[in-house]
Amino acid sequence: MFRNQYDSDVTVWSPQGRLHQVEYAMEAVKLGTATVGLKNKDYAVLVALCKPTSELSDTQRKIIPIDDHLGISIAGLTADARVLSRYLRSECLNYKHSYDSTYPVSRLITNLGNKMQTTTQRYDRRPYGVGLLVAGYDERGPHIYQVTPSATFFNCKANSIGSRSQSARTYLERNLNKFLDCSKDEIIRHGIRAILGTLPTDEHQGKDNAGQFDITVAIVGKDQPFKMYSVKESAKYVALAKLNDNDTPRNDDDDDRPSPPEEPTAGPRDPEVLVATEQRP
Amino acid sequence: MLNNYNSLAQPMWQNGPAPGAFYNFTGGQTPVQQLPRELTTVGPYGTNHSTAFSTTGTSVLGIRYDSGVMLAADTLVSYGSMARYQNIERVFKINKNILLGGSGDFADIQSIKRNIDQKMIEDQCCDDNIEMKPKSLASWMTRVLYNRRSRMNPLYIDVVVGGVDNEGTPYLANVDLRGRSYEDYVVATGFARHLAIPLVREKKPKDRDFTAVEASELIRTCMEVLYYRDTRNISQYTVGVCSVNGCGVEGPFQVNENWTFAETIKGY
Repeated sequence: MFRNQYDSDVTVWSPQGRLHQVEYAMEAVKLGTATVGLKNKDYAVLVALCKPTSELSDTQRKIIPIDDHLGISIAGLTADARVLSRYLRSECLNYKHSYDSTYPVSRLITNLGNKMQTTTQRYDRRPYGVGLLVAGYDERGPHIYQVTPSATFFNCKANSIGSRSQSARTYLERNLNKFLDCSKDEIIRHGIRAILGTLPTDEHQGKDNAGQFDITVAIVGKDQPFKMYSVKESAKYVALAKLNDNDTPRNDDDDDRPSPPEEPTAGPRDPEVLVATEQRP
Repeated sequence: MLNNYNSLAQPMWQNGPAPGAFYNFTGGQTPVQQLPRELTTVGPYGTNHSTAFSTTGTSVLGIRYDSGVMLAADTLVSYGSMARYQNIERVFKINKNILLGGSGDFADIQSIKRNIDQKMIEDQCCDDNIEMKPKSLASWMTRVLYNRRSRMNPLYIDVVVGGVDNEGTPYLANVDLRGRSYEDYVVATGFARHLAIPLVREKKPKDRDFTAVEASELIRTCMEVLYYRDTRNISQYTVGVCSVNGCGVEGPFQVNENWTFAETIKGY
């Protein structure tokens, strides 16, 4: 059952200085569908790929509004994300009640990180199995933060998490210098192009399988409260993005080992976690 | 007696819950906070909260002008009707955006000032170049003061909060001991509420804000009038000025006294 003798508990160190349970939790993020966050001078944008979990279910909500100036997009265990979003919401609300202003994003994320860290240091807790991309706007401008189950957080220019997110990251890296000065519509299109790269090739090129996935877009920024675009509006941007997407990468992902390349369409699948048995290079 | 040897026995476990009780892990969160002692201790006939103040400061006057705010208060802290401490500033710079002027019980002002200063230090500890805005401080003051009045233990203060935000928009508000607050271009506490506010309103142009020159001129006249007509005033005062160009307390200044008119007053 155990992949090695040091992964029984979050509080157990391996002799290599690793916490295997925490690393397993990091793998949970890669099981969720991909989501992208990016920003220009005035706006932060979240784009999420929403797939139904089964033939019978509706698409899952990937983007959660927190406050007028902040929203998150998730990859991993949705239930854990709901707990975190409840925390973020109550913090923002308390701050607004006390100070009549919005919670500075960096401070909120620092406090969230502190809360999440305690779970990686106690034998009676487990790390949150969800990765977050936070898009927020405050007096310091737009922000994109990535938060991981290990409770580390990164202030990003653009980032992507979730299954096959490497191809989205490749797109973001290639186009990074265009983001800062581009328009609101253009930054959304960049986000959609990035996320289209995470789709398997057949799904991406197919004409009549639009029902298999939804692309959700949310934006926050200067004079723009956090807003999730409706299906119609999102579809409009997706169509625009597809018009000239010559530079969308196709399937050049290299780090999504836990996601099997061909996902079985029916039946629950058991996640295969491989990382712990391998030595770090 | 079967249990006589109990005094020699080690306790069954230490630092644990009582037998039959459960461990209570708080998950890294602090347990329910205990209220400060002065708010909870109950005497044999109920809790005795302070109902009177001893050392008091009188009026604070604040005027908002087109690019900032000015706050003025004299430097007297009275002990009853005695002019006990004559060189104490009651207008404070809180940070580069905020000025605070306090009247009422001076101990309570010092106490709330210490709390605010601690919050500013916490702001700086975040090291993110985000400083509190006057609007946020005024909001926080109403929460604190209303909370204290709801506990039947108010802080006997009446404060003026003023300053500018990041865009340079001036803000001026008054918060009193019950947590009431309002914003206006002229705000005052104590006697100035009766004596200074009408003087300032009279001079207000309908179509525009005051200029900095007009504001400072009004402050000068008002402090003079207050000195003449309010017994708890002295002739020395300080003025806080906060605008995008900076924030600080200036002075002390001296009221331009002229008692020649006193000869004409009869009947006292």
